[in-house]
Amino acid sequence: MKALSRPAALFVALLGTTVVSGCWERPPVDTYQRGFRGTGMVELNNPRDVPKQLAANAVPDVTPAVTDGGPPASSIYKNVQVLGGVSVGEFTRTMVSITNWVAPKEGCNYCHKAGEGFEADTLYTKIVSRKMLQMTQAINVDNKAHVGITGVTCYTCHRGENIPSNVWFTPPTAKTASRMVGGDGLQNKVAKDVGLSSLPADGLTPFLSQSLEIRTAGSTALPMRGETRNLQTTKQTEWTYALMVHMSEGLGVNCTYCHNTRSFSSWETSTPQRVTAWHGIRMARNLNNEYMEPLTPVFPASRKGAGGDVAKVNCATCHAGAYKPLFGAQMAKDFPALLSKTDVPATPLKVASKR
Amino acid sequence: MAMLSFEKKYRVRGGTLLGGDLFDFWVGPFYVGFFGVTTIFFSVVGTALILWGASQGTTWNVWQINIAPPDLKYGLGFAPLMEGGLWQIITVCAIGAFVSWALREVEICRKLGMGYHVPFAFAFAILAYVTLVVVRPLLMGAWGHGFPYGIMSHLDWVSNTGYQYLHFHYNPAHMLAVSFFFGTALALSLHGGLILSSTNPAKGEPVKTAEHENTFFRDAIGYSIGTLGVHRLGLFLALSAVFWSAVCIVISGPFWTRGWPEWWGWWLNLPVWK
Repeated sequence: MKALSRPAALFVALLGTTVVSGCWERPPVDTYQRGFRGTGMVELNNPRDVPKQLAANAVPDVTPAVTDGGPPASSIYKNVQVLGGVSVGEFTRTMVSITNWVAPKEGCNYCHKAGEGFEADTLYTKIVSRKMLQMTQAINVDNKAHVGITGVTCYTCHRGENIPSNVWFTPPTAKTASRMVGGDGLQNKVAKDVGLSSLPADGLTPFLSQSLEIRTAGSTALPMRGETRNLQTTKQTEWTYALMVHMSEGLGVNCTYCHNTRSFSSWETSTPQRVTAWHGIRMARNLNNEYMEPLTPVFPASRKGAGGDVAKVNCATCHAGAYKPLFGAQMAKDFPALLSKTDVPATPLKVASKR
Repeated sequence: MAMLSFEKKYRVRGGTLLGGDLFDFWVGPFYVGFFGVTTIFFSVVGTALILWGASQGTTWNVWQINIAPPDLKYGLGFAPLMEGGLWQIITVCAIGAFVSWALREVEICRKLGMGYHVPFAFAFAILAYVTLVVVRPLLMGAWGHGFPYGIMSHLDWVSNTGYQYLHFHYNPAHMLAVSFFFGTALALSLHGGLILSSTNPAKGEPVKTAEHENTFFRDAIGYSIGTLGVHRLGLFLALSAVFWSAVCIVISGPFWTRGWPEWWGWWLNLPVWK
């Protein structure tokens, strides 16, 4: 090995390390054409990952259906605000299913305090779950543009966990004064949401909590003066890019799933999925502002982010790395209680006892 | 075209790889050879097919003419002529023409008793093209992964293929290739500047020599690579740029299906600080 100079040996060692460290995949790979031939609009998948992905997104056994009919739940149980109109059999079945989906270890007592009647709103988890039921119904009824006829259940996000594994918090504002060169814009952090890139680590707050402009491309070929000029900056483009990388990572797809990147903004050359995604962004924003934010006083501090904000929804919350949550399994259709919306009088949300 | 008085001396017989004496002649200033004939054949057929394909397309706008590869569904088989088959034939013609040209360069080198550095260097360009339209499609299982032949369309392909990996600038081989391209430009400009500066001295000064050139760089950075060495360096930088370009695309897809930023997880996972 005398012929091998020292830098070359170091290089080979480094290369060996990277190969051994498992950072490479290998052919064959699965590819799916997403646009006209030759446009390079192609989805890629490593077939060796598929069994893992399928297992992670498997649908749990459905609680057996009950016979139709029976008195409404509200005539048997007290304080049933959302599902009162559902037949008592279906109501019980839904409750059992929710327990399996959200608190399989803790059981009914996760929301209903042991020793008290089911009607007691003692635990914060019950207040939250009531709001979440309304949210689920709203998703299935008002957001068909995004969820289609597939819809969602609690399991779509929770997957047997009290808190869905993919939720996000707004990072608290940095204590350091903004420096001479400006703030760091949360860039160059190690953030999974932006796929380990240097993009702003929080691409979600501006778009999925606030409703800042996502589009950064100008609408004219040349820069304009006056009203039509494009006020978006390069920096804003990076925030948009951060949101988009989050969407890619959350859905396990690449940019060309929705865009023909020759012009990201052009709807004419985009895929139909971009329309679904557009509605999805609005849906996630709406869920965060209408359903999650109002729960802020209800959650104990231990459930909140470092900045005291409530856990929020993003694309990965439901999708969990799949282009369709649970790979499109139609789970909600077996749970009629979740498919219609109940108008509930806006009862003030009670601040819960600390758990 | 008139021949310069000394040129005849270099027009020697032999050195051909194929065809013996059959094509061992010149047309005007151009050496022909067997591979000159095949170069002409493949270029004419390929170009004619591109023009014919354009005539069957929707536009004569030179920017928008597009000969697209087949749909992925045809895999590694033949596609109907108007659905990518044309692209396949043109690809064969292009490779035929490029390789013929390289081999013609080899024959000329042999005639002159020179090294094969020029065809070797050109072979790297061919390697990059073949990597794009043959090797990577083979590894990914469909000719449709090749790039389309068209001025705007191939750029769209480059853009979309880059965005298949979310952010192509994080591709380690792309980083090396870009650095070598910049390095090539820097080295060439330094070399060009140095030669011109020593051959264009102030009025009344004699033209300077290699010693002056060496001394300039020894004074400036403590080292001069020398008159021969600078050309070795230049060839190394240029070929490295092309080589890593080929690597950066062949690893995208066959050896990595996710975003390139994520690839750097190995760095974060090094046992030193994990």
